[in-house]
Amino acid sequence: MNINLTLIAQAVAFAVFIWFTVKFVWPPLLRAIEQRQAQIADGLAAAEKGRQSLEVSSKQAEAAIAEARARAQEIIAQAEKRGSQLIDEAKNAAREESGREKAAAKAEIDQEVSRAREALRDQVAALAVAGAEKILRKEINAQAHAELLAQLKKEI
Amino acid sequence: MSSEAALTPTEYIQHHLSFLAKPVGGGGSFWTLHVDSVVTAAILGVISIGLLWWVVRGATAGVPTKRQAFVELMFGFVDDQVKGIFHGKRDFVTPTALTVFVWVLLMNAMDFLPVDIVAKILGWVGIHEWRMVPTADVNTTFALALSVWLLMIFFSIKVKGLGGFIHELFCSPFGSNPLLWPANFLFNLVEYISKPLSHSLRLYGNMYAGEIIFLLLWLWAATGLVGTVFGAILGVGWAIFHILIVALQAYIFMMLTIVYISMAHESH
Repeated sequence: MNINLTLIAQAVAFAVFIWFTVKFVWPPLLRAIEQRQAQIADGLAAAEKGRQSLEVSSKQAEAAIAEARARAQEIIAQAEKRGSQLIDEAKNAAREESGREKAAAKAEIDQEVSRAREALRDQVAALAVAGAEKILRKEINAQAHAELLAQLKKEI
Repeated sequence: MSSEAALTPTEYIQHHLSFLAKPVGGGGSFWTLHVDSVVTAAILGVISIGLLWWVVRGATAGVPTKRQAFVELMFGFVDDQVKGIFHGKRDFVTPTALTVFVWVLLMNAMDFLPVDIVAKILGWVGIHEWRMVPTADVNTTFALALSVWLLMIFFSIKVKGLGGFIHELFCSPFGSNPLLWPANFLFNLVEYISKPLSHSLRLYGNMYAGEIIFLLLWLWAATGLVGTVFGAILGVGWAIFHILIVALQAYIFMMLTIVYISMAHESH
């Protein structure tokens, strides 16, 4: 165990190795590691941002769907209302039309009845006159008793 | 060992524990260089740091390759340790701790190489003395510990200023009363001396002991069939246990490096 020049030589070698490591080995690796750390941090931040924007957009989508649903409901209600309205209108129109037609038919019938009555009256009057004529062949002059005959006709 | 049958056990161990020492300059006991320690440490340093550099040069911020992920895990491990102890800018402390960790780990791991096979191979190229574990050379561990110690003093002065450093030397931990100055200074002196010693000797002692136990086992393995079998079994056992020691000592050395440097940043 003797101390000699080896000590100095080893110390010099040690110094050289330390210098080399400090100068050439440490910085590039540290740089790479720090760069990677930054990249990972960026990636995590981007992921977080993506997650947040996904949350926001899914919320937006939900709102849009809800709105669309409400809108559809509204449209359906409107359509239903309009439909029932149309049906009512059609019903009313049909009722009116039928009433009108019924009235017209009634009027025609009445007309027909009165015409028939008129004709009947004429015939009865003629028959009465004819009967009276037969009974009173001589005394009754159709012309002289026209007024009487007309009054008779009316009474019938 | 078989080819070295003429060696006595003592000679065998001494042979494996002798450095490839080359005198430099005018001689004197200090002016010697352990070529094996220096060269092995340098090769291992170049391999480990160079490997890191090679991986890191192609580092991408995107999906990392397995290689890069491994290096990042190691960096993360060291950086976490530093984060727990040192509160400040880590762009010097973490790379330093990382250098210490991978380098010391690799140097310790040289203990796993079978000494005799390495010696044989090196013998073919004419090298007869080569200690494979640089951290079992007290010069290496002391060099590291002293460098850390100098860094400690450097950062202490850098953070607190020279005045602050000297003030701390005399006024902590007991107080700034002038009567307490000698006690404080003595205390700090002991601390400053003990830090590099314990730092370096802990690693050295563990590695040296590990090496010796391996040598003793191999010595036993050369004594006959029974010895070979038991030596091999115990060698495996010790090697497995030694994995723990190798990693643990590298970790402890790194942690102490971080602790010492971070203590230098705190003012008392």
